[in-house]
Amino acid sequence: MACDNKLKKEMFEELKKYIDEIGEKNGALISVLHKGQEIFGYLPQEIQEFIAKEMNIPIAKVYGVVSFYHFFSMTPKGKHPISVCMGTACYVRGAEKVLNSVKNYLGIDVGETTEDGLFSIDALRCVGACGLAPVVLIGKDVYGKEQVKDMKKILEKYRKESVG
Amino acid sequence: MKENKKILVCGGTGCLSAKGAEIVKNLRDSIREHSLENEVEVIQTGCFGFCEKGPIVKIMPENTFYIEVKPEDAERIIVEDIISEKRIIELLYIDPKNGERVFEGENMEFYKKQVRIALKNCGTIDPESIEQYMAAEGYAALKKILTTMTPENVVKIIKDSGLRGRGGGGYSTGLKWEFASKNISDQKYIVCNADEGDPGAFMDRSILEGDPHSVIEGMIIAGYAIGATEGLVYIRAEYPLAIERLRKAIETARKNKILGENVFGTDFKFDIEIKYGAGAFVCGEETALIHSMEGGRGEPTTKPPYPAESGYWGKPTIVNNVETLANIAQIILKGVDWFRSIGTKNSPGTKVFALAGKINNVGLVEVPMGTTLREVIFEIGGGIKNNKKFKAVQTGGPSGGCLTEKDLDTPIDFDTLLAKGSMMGSGGMIVMDEDDCMVAVSKFYLEFTVDESCGKCAPCRIGNTRLWEILDRITKGEGKEEDIALLKELSQTIKTTSLCGLGQTSPNPVLSTINQFLDEYLEHIHEKKCRAGQCQALRKYLINDKCVGCTACARVCPVACIEGKVKERHVIDQTRCIKCGACYNACKFNAIDVA
Ligand SMILES: Cc1cc2nc3c(=O)[nH]c(=O)nc-3n(C[C@H](O)[C@H](O)[C@H](O)COP(=O)(O)O)c2cc1C
Ligand code: SF4
Ligand code: SF4
Ligand code: FES
Ligand code: FES
Repeated sequence: MACDNKLKKEMFEELKKYIDEIGEKNGALISVLHKGQEIFGYLPQEIQEFIAKEMNIPIAKVYGVVSFYHFFSMTPKGKHPISVCMGTACYVRGAEKVLNSVKNYLGIDVGETTEDGLFSIDALRCVGACGLAPVVLIGKDVYGKEQVKDMKKILEKYRKESVG
Repeated sequence: MKENKKILVCGGTGCLSAKGAEIVKNLRDSIREHSLENEVEVIQTGCFGFCEKGPIVKIMPENTFYIEVKPEDAERIIVEDIISEKRIIELLYIDPKNGERVFEGENMEFYKKQVRIALKNCGTIDPESIEQYMAAEGYAALKKILTTMTPENVVKIIKDSGLRGRGGGGYSTGLKWEFASKNISDQKYIVCNADEGDPGAFMDRSILEGDPHSVIEGMIIAGYAIGATEGLVYIRAEYPLAIERLRKAIETARKNKILGENVFGTDFKFDIEIKYGAGAFVCGEETALIHSMEGGRGEPTTKPPYPAESGYWGKPTIVNNVETLANIAQIILKGVDWFRSIGTKNSPGTKVFALAGKINNVGLVEVPMGTTLREVIFEIGGGIKNNKKFKAVQTGGPSGGCLTEKDLDTPIDFDTLLAKGSMMGSGGMIVMDEDDCMVAVSKFYLEFTVDESCGKCAPCRIGNTRLWEILDRITKGEGKEEDIALLKELSQTIKTTSLCGLGQTSPNPVLSTINQFLDEYLEHIHEKKCRAGQCQALRKYLINDKCVGCTACARVCPVACIEGKVKERHVIDQTRCIKCGACYNACKFNAIDVA
């Protein structure tokens, strides 16, 4: 755990440095949140409080902004974050079925992370690869068309890699 | 082998997702192996448009168009095509009409009717090379206006060209610029709206990925025209590739003195900053976008005042769409008459569409305004996938509506689409076939709106939720006759009482599907039937005579409603079936029908 804490301290320092280097703080909140999420992976209460203090703005404003935008997340993502595209093009080519099969297989809902921390599910709108619809992203890997008919197989592959 | 060959490899999001980067690497490796570094160049371009058949590789100057290229094809391309000058037949597109292989893109139905203005450089140059952009007449328009024209001249040209904003509303770009140019202020801003929240649209990101300099050039010209020295691009963080290419383009433009203190050595100064969005559809609305850029929640405010009067930090601000800006340099270079010779009288020029859904050729297409839906869907798009029947096309995304068979010969422009109860919107075009349920589709759009409403006004926040609930009931077979009138009335109220464009247009998919497909709504309500078989609760699973009695279905059925002896045909008890579809997935003999 000690090592964990050290890491965390460094992360906070990195974020503080970023905030300190912004010339014009007015209007920079969203950029700071992007940076915070990039560093920590998500934006829990603790980090929101830190940002509010460092930028000298009310915590309510920070929370108001975090909760407004889909891109900001207050729960940690899994080691392999799964994003199922629910854009219109993917929807008409069967994205809902794909999403359901992922949910069933992992036993979690959209926005949740599996207990072992391996997977989390998100739905997003149009990855910009509609030619491959329906599209699923796992981390940076893109799966589409025929491949996603069998999500179970794909997910098992990730699970195996992680376990051993 | 002829010298100086170029291999263009698509670097658009679609093709990159399908191992495009590996193809580039393998091509380069192979070129090195054969010591061809001085003769052959590999260029990673933006999207070619024909994403359905990606990854795409083009060989220049022959213009050979290879489709569905795999990383392992790279070696062959170098050895057979480049060195031995033989075209690789298996990698050529097959014309579905006559079964013949097509060598060049220009000869494919997909490209024949297209006219490229905004996409002029997409797929032909390396988006990261300012030299290649300049070799394709890039920044010539900027130089021309800075050295020979007054800002008033520029505004007049854009006004006379009749260019209408491509971000959805179709408002005259020139008029908007004129308005802002007349406002006196110590600071003005040009904002490029690259939010692109429409859930089935990818043209703006493709332009930014494929030709970022054309957008930068458009912004600088706009800045000169209205007297602004600062530009901002509002782009969603979910578009990493577009952001990266844009960032590099801004840096190289600065290095080349095209951005910064003395643009092209004149005393005009202009610079561009990138602002990240964070995935909220409503942030595409211009007042919301400005609030988001100021670091707050992206909630819209009433207009007037319009941003052109009081925008970013209260200063006059022009918000223009990516595609609108990509048109500017071309209009300056080629003139008003040229631009007006393309398209229709009231909507000159072209429009880029993101063609997707149940269509053979998914992709990015740019056609003159006035092209008919039939031409786009059946000629360029190659018709409906798997020989299914065309049912509807949704234009304008969540703000738009459905058009059907009878509208196919409508020439598409801003006004004709509105007159037909749909909208141009940003240019998403989703094609649907007989397997799509129109009630479910309108519920899908409503779900999106409910998710994306900023919540500021009650009609939008609560009204849309109620609309969704009614639609949900109907898709579950619990609809009532009165629901149709209720949907219509509620829709009208939401449209007239919401503050911003999101709420004002969100009921459009509902109204237009009721208009065009009333019988389908009624079927759901009275007969508890979904003819497309999409609404799960109304589905019926039936075992046909292909059943061999393997018992697989009975074993997976969670409510044990399937009965039958081993090796005998099984039966599903319809009264107990919960329509989960587990049996359907378990059957290996195609013995279960969905009705
Ligand atoms: C809910 C909503 C979302 C919008 N999203 C976008 C968008 O993603 N991109 C865009 O360019 N315009 C969008 N618009 C339109 C803009 O508000 C604005 O009209 C446009 O950017 C003006 O540029 P143009 O005149 O070049 O079209 C949206 C409007 C509304 C009401
Ligand atoms: S109409 Fe909807 S999205 Fe627009 S301001 Fe009102 S609540 Fe927000
Ligand atoms: S799984 Fe298919 S073949 Fe086997 S018993 Fe069920 S319906 Fe018959
Ligand atoms: S809708 Fe899924 S990639 Fe476009
Ligand atoms: S992404 Fe390659 S052709 Fe569109």
